Amino acid sequence: MTSATSQITFIQPDGSARTIAVVAGANVMLTALANGIAGIVAECGGAAMCATCHVYLNEGSAAFVAPVSEVENEMLESAASGRRENSRLGCQVVVQPGAGEIVVQIPSHQV
Amino acid sequence: MSSTLAPDAALMSAPNAPVTDFDPYADAVLDDPYPHYERLRELGPIFYLSRYGAYGLARHAEIDSVLRDSATFCSSAGVGLANFHVETPWRKPSIILEADPPLHGRTRKVVAGLLAPANINKLRATMEREAELLVDRVLAKGHIDAVPDLCAAFPLKVFADAVGIPRDGREEFLLPYGDMVFNAFGPVNERFKVCLDKAQGAIAWIAEVCKRENLTHDGLGAQLYAAADQGLLDPEEAPMLVRTLLSAGLDTTVFTLCNAMMCFAREPEQWATLHAQPTMARQALEEVLRFESTFHSFYRTTTREVEVAGVALPNEQKICVFIGSANRDPRRWPDAHKFDVNRKANGNLAFGTGVHGCAGQMIARLEGEVLLAALARRVKSLRLESAPVIHYNNSVRGYDSMPMSLVAA
Repeated sequence: MTSATSQITFIQPDGSARTIAVVAGANVMLTALANGIAGIVAECGGAAMCATCHVYLNEGSAAFVAPVSEVENEMLESAASGRRENSRLGCQVVVQPGAGEIVVQIPSHQV
Repeated sequence: MSSTLAPDAALMSAPNAPVTDFDPYADAVLDDPYPHYERLRELGPIFYLSRYGAYGLARHAEIDSVLRDSATFCSSAGVGLANFHVETPWRKPSIILEADPPLHGRTRKVVAGLLAPANINKLRATMEREAELLVDRVLAKGHIDAVPDLCAAFPLKVFADAVGIPRDGREEFLLPYGDMVFNAFGPVNERFKVCLDKAQGAIAWIAEVCKRENLTHDGLGAQLYAAADQGLLDPEEAPMLVRTLLSAGLDTTVFTLCNAMMCFAREPEQWATLHAQPTMARQALEEVLRFESTFHSFYRTTTREVEVAGVALPNEQKICVFIGSANRDPRRWPDAHKFDVNRKANGNLAFGTGVHGCAGQMIARLEGEVLLAALARRVKSLRLESAPVIHYNNSVRGYDSMPMSLVAA
């Protein structure tokens, strides 16, 4: 059985974008690191403790991922570039099976 | 270390994995674990520790996926060798370290908020002032024992102040208490028993200083009591979590600083790099954590029958994760055995990862960065004057004594 392919598009503050093909179970932060996407620091490596993989999730993408957990909600308060309604920690955003394109915007700074 | 494939009949629980009688807790192993770790990694992605009846993982990839799957590889059965589901724990289990989701999320949320960058970055200026004063003192001395004079002195001041506990008794009781807690991440061996006996005074002292009336009004300890006032914690949980801060946050940071000083004493050109560019302190600290991890190993327990690296494991099976080895795995790190402050060491497993990743890692990084940066600005060179004395513990590695000389810039 092969997982259906989805994609994550990373949009930089200058508007430039890159799209990476992923399979279900992929995580936004790890995908960014593995592909050398600038602007994702991820100092804690995915323990939801540093808020340096902060991204803004585009409206149409929210349906493809699980909602914000209590711990993520707490940690988003530490996001250096300011929390918005659509703020997420990349390390906590996992691509669900059957997801379409997930679009995230990278904030201007992480620390 | 000898490694043989046991006959199937002799070890029904480990039919598919290489078997080793390796003892991770032997003094000789703790003296220099890295050649042993290399042999463990070469045994295969998973192996069986026959002395302890536990499976072991020593490569980065397998450890990373086990730590990220807290539903299958749980903590509520204890993070040492003893299985709390079938054995009596040595103390009442921690409501954060030894808890599983969803129970774990409730306490983790409070502690994560407390130790999040937004809250702890307020401590930076105070820590920077204290670091300058401490560096003044050690430079005035020139010849120091870097453990008590520097590496223990800093967290005993700035972290204990941040929690808000009284001054008296810190040196005597805080480190022995943590020593006991970290011994419990291994087997209940002679080392742990001796330590537990010696820590009785510390246990009583810790219980006392964790009481609300003994804490400062605005420290991390008081903030936990405030969370209880808001109904985020039960009243009796606040002192338990203050205790968690004290047990988890001292020895580890002290040993991390010890390991940093040892790395730089052994590699003068790496110190020269940092001295030339003190703003590299945070990155350098990350490489210290990778290269000489403070925490070396602990356990998870399976919650169901599950296959790991092709080996079928039963339910309630203990698995030892050697994170100190994962951080030296050449499959993950090019030139894994080279200490290089220019390396991007992010993604190392020194603080674990996943929902049980160290909640105090950002304050640990802050303390380490602040002290290393202050040293980098002011110290031209440092030298080990005689052999350091290792501190033997079942899960954390550091030193009791490090005679060093420092030369001012």
